[in-house]
Amino acid sequence: MLQLTHLDRLEAESILILRETVAEADKPVMLYSIGKDSAVMLHLAKKAFYPAPLPFPLLHVDTTWKFRDMYALRDKVAADPSIQLIVYKNPEAETRGINPFDHGPLHTDMWKTEGLKQALDKYAFDAAFGGARRDEEKSRAKERIFSFRDRNHRWDPKRQRPELWSLYNVRKNRGESIRVFPLSNWTELDIWQYILREKIEIVPLYFAADRPTVERDGLVLMVDDERMRLNDGEAVVSRKIRFRTLGCYPLSGAIDSDAVTVEDIVAEMLASTTSERQGRAIDRDGGAASMEKKKQEGYF
Amino acid sequence: MNAPADIHAWLVDQEHKELLRFITCGSVDDGKSTLIGRLLYETKQIFDDQLAALEADSKRHGTQGQKIDYALLVDGLSAEREQGITIDVAYRFFASEKRKFIVADTPGHEQYTRNMVTGASTADVAVLLVDARKGVLTQTRRHSYLAKLMGIRHLVVAVTKMDLVDYDQAAFEAVIADYRQFADKIEIGEWTAIPVSGLNGDNVVRGSDAMSWYSGPALLEHLDVVPLNTSADAEKSFRMPVQWVNRPNQNFRGFSGQIASGSISPGAEVRILPSGRVSRIDRIVTADGDLYEAVAGQSVTVTLADEVDCSRGDVIVDAHSPPQSADQFEATIVWMSEDELLPGRGYWMKVGTQVVTATVQAPKYEVNVNTLEHLAAQTLGLNGIGVAEIATDRDIVFENYDENKTLGGFILIDKLSNATVACGMIHFALRRSLNIHRQHLDVGRETHSQLKGQRPAVLWFTGLSGAGKSTIANIVEKKLVARGRHTFLLDGDNVRHGLNRDLGFTEADRIENIRRVGEVARLMTDAGLIVLTAFISPFRAEREMVRNMLPEGEFIEVFVDTPLEEAERRDEKGLYAKARAGELQNFTGIDSPYEAPEAPEIRIDTTQLTAEQAADAIVQELDKRR
Repeated sequence: MLQLTHLDRLEAESILILRETVAEADKPVMLYSIGKDSAVMLHLAKKAFYPAPLPFPLLHVDTTWKFRDMYALRDKVAADPSIQLIVYKNPEAETRGINPFDHGPLHTDMWKTEGLKQALDKYAFDAAFGGARRDEEKSRAKERIFSFRDRNHRWDPKRQRPELWSLYNVRKNRGESIRVFPLSNWTELDIWQYILREKIEIVPLYFAADRPTVERDGLVLMVDDERMRLNDGEAVVSRKIRFRTLGCYPLSGAIDSDAVTVEDIVAEMLASTTSERQGRAIDRDGGAASMEKKKQEGYF
Repeated sequence: MNAPADIHAWLVDQEHKELLRFITCGSVDDGKSTLIGRLLYETKQIFDDQLAALEADSKRHGTQGQKIDYALLVDGLSAEREQGITIDVAYRFFASEKRKFIVADTPGHEQYTRNMVTGASTADVAVLLVDARKGVLTQTRRHSYLAKLMGIRHLVVAVTKMDLVDYDQAAFEAVIADYRQFADKIEIGEWTAIPVSGLNGDNVVRGSDAMSWYSGPALLEHLDVVPLNTSADAEKSFRMPVQWVNRPNQNFRGFSGQIASGSISPGAEVRILPSGRVSRIDRIVTADGDLYEAVAGQSVTVTLADEVDCSRGDVIVDAHSPPQSADQFEATIVWMSEDELLPGRGYWMKVGTQVVTATVQAPKYEVNVNTLEHLAAQTLGLNGIGVAEIATDRDIVFENYDENKTLGGFILIDKLSNATVACGMIHFALRRSLNIHRQHLDVGRETHSQLKGQRPAVLWFTGLSGAGKSTIANIVEKKLVARGRHTFLLDGDNVRHGLNRDLGFTEADRIENIRRVGEVARLMTDAGLIVLTAFISPFRAEREMVRNMLPEGEFIEVFVDTPLEEAERRDEKGLYAKARAGELQNFTGIDSPYEAPEAPEIRIDTTQLTAEQAADAIVQELDKRR
């Protein structure tokens, strides 16, 4: 008899979640952030609905400040004729020229949180897949796989629906929406093992290479284009670096690394002494409970 | 954690790890969070930055003085941290050399029974925490009962805080002896007791020098070898609920779902339930190529050799050992909502991928989860557990929960709020629904309908008291009779004096009132009649219940839309005045809600139309539907 490994089981559970959403929601969409978790989620979706094409579009809520390599992979993914990609940019953030240098936390709030709400409302999506995992952060550990949002996209941790067995209640009233997290039970290591096993293409920035950098506030930042502002006394230095998570390039901290294959990355990860979100400036503003607060306000 | 020298070999090894899900039951006082924190720490799931945060937090909120408070690692939400309690289910992840683990961490107090039930629904093993100083408590018995109720086959009794009883063997033995008595009584088959100290790490990941008298495995060593549920599922008969029909073009029609039990190969003879049609598996299709075999736990897409009807909600099963179908059951129900169970009200019931309307009878009894006594009960409130009969509006494919969790476990969903209000476990179908097939009548509803030369229908008038329902319904009936139609008018007053004279005006009685009217109306349509009903029927759920009793298109909801001020101004029976004066309770529109129809077949605005005009409009609409 065939023995299923833990990756087989995680894959089967994610596929069940994807199919259940498509069967019961009116207009689902997949949030595509171009990172490794998005890559895995997209791969699982292709498997879930094979041989049919994806029964929903991808949505990239763009901040205009992602790495160039990320845009390149996004456009490559979108070149597949069976995939429909919607790119949404908050017009107000665009007009006001919101950027990570001048606007601090407002940058994330306007481009990502507000941009996402606007996009979901504009296209009337009632279910949105996201690649969040419960092992990432403490408030995520308690979030449901099917997480409800009221008309104003707010999350109420006290009013979550119980989730029993694999019986998901996808019903909702008009105007309400669901965030669905098919990767809830995956860990960072599971993601890498699956990328290796399934040969999933990811952004090259996850692998080490010599890149132009500056050091600021304890983070190693990459100078990805000419918009990067240098403070007095800062010099651009070439360093062999890679990224554990990707976001807006002026906000993503790199690590020094020699890892050039997925195997190297896993080996490095096992030896590592810091968690994945540690390089993210965004989690830090607002203290220990900052992610929970962001989520209540509608952040994914 | 150190990087292994040969990363390739290590990865291959990782690939073959099994997955075990377990639940921890107990309260913060029992050292539960400390134990889980310790497991995470010892299996190197905690990074330096998290440890730094933990040290800072320990000084601020911790209860261990200058020592690290491992409990703070696992208490997630800020509200919980402030109150120093865990109030939800949290999931944690760690791995040993042999297995990956998913831990559902749930709170222990009785008011969190629903959280524990939720965590237990997916667990292979339950780890029960018993404080060595306190011994087996009421909550230990409650947790054991709930774990067994949810079908967990293996229990671990972790006797914690052994450091506080000087690692005394006699203290441990006393706890075991006590627990054994209880476990035998409720027939818990397999359980293992382990003495631990979460604070110091004794018997958590490895053995303990302080307890050399104990020769059994440490907790993690034990979790590495407990048998998995999933191996047992694969040995059973093939069952796959259809989740989604994959039909990209005319040439491909696949049925997607997760295999609940058994295994399947191309060529196998299968039956589609509830229709009972038989076919063969043609292919098992995946993006990585066709499979020769698929087993319980896999999400697959199969194609069938014949063009048979099959859609979401159907179940594909082994043709030679199919499960039963029925529409009445006995089940254990765990109520999870603050709004109590309303016997007779229609709820959505989801079992596998089947969604039907179900009504729950008043419970046969409620279980006192602390003493396991059976108590008489009229309903179930939050965290109430009882045994009750359930009726569904059509046959569902099911199995006993202990045999098959996928086809035996269900949730109930409130039709208005869409909240998940309960979960349940099916015991068996009631004999009357299995054995007595519906009487096949030689003179059927078609005959009656043809004889009368009309299509039967129910014109369901709904609206506030004094809206004009009866007035308009009376005129409609006269007009229909004048056209040679066969009709019958059921209204509140004539039904209340006979059929429903035992019912009052509480919410539960109002629901039963509407259910009976619905059943009578349905019988009358079987006789070929056009039935007019005039009831306030304020709740959407009940109107939907009646709609679901009737064949598609025969329920015509007529919303007599009169604003409250207008109805109150008319007040022909003086009822609003009494309700305002507090002499009438539960009066719709005053102290009880009216839920207006969202998409009625016919809406009559009585501020724009006279009763006569309204009746004409309804008769015209009915003519269109002949």
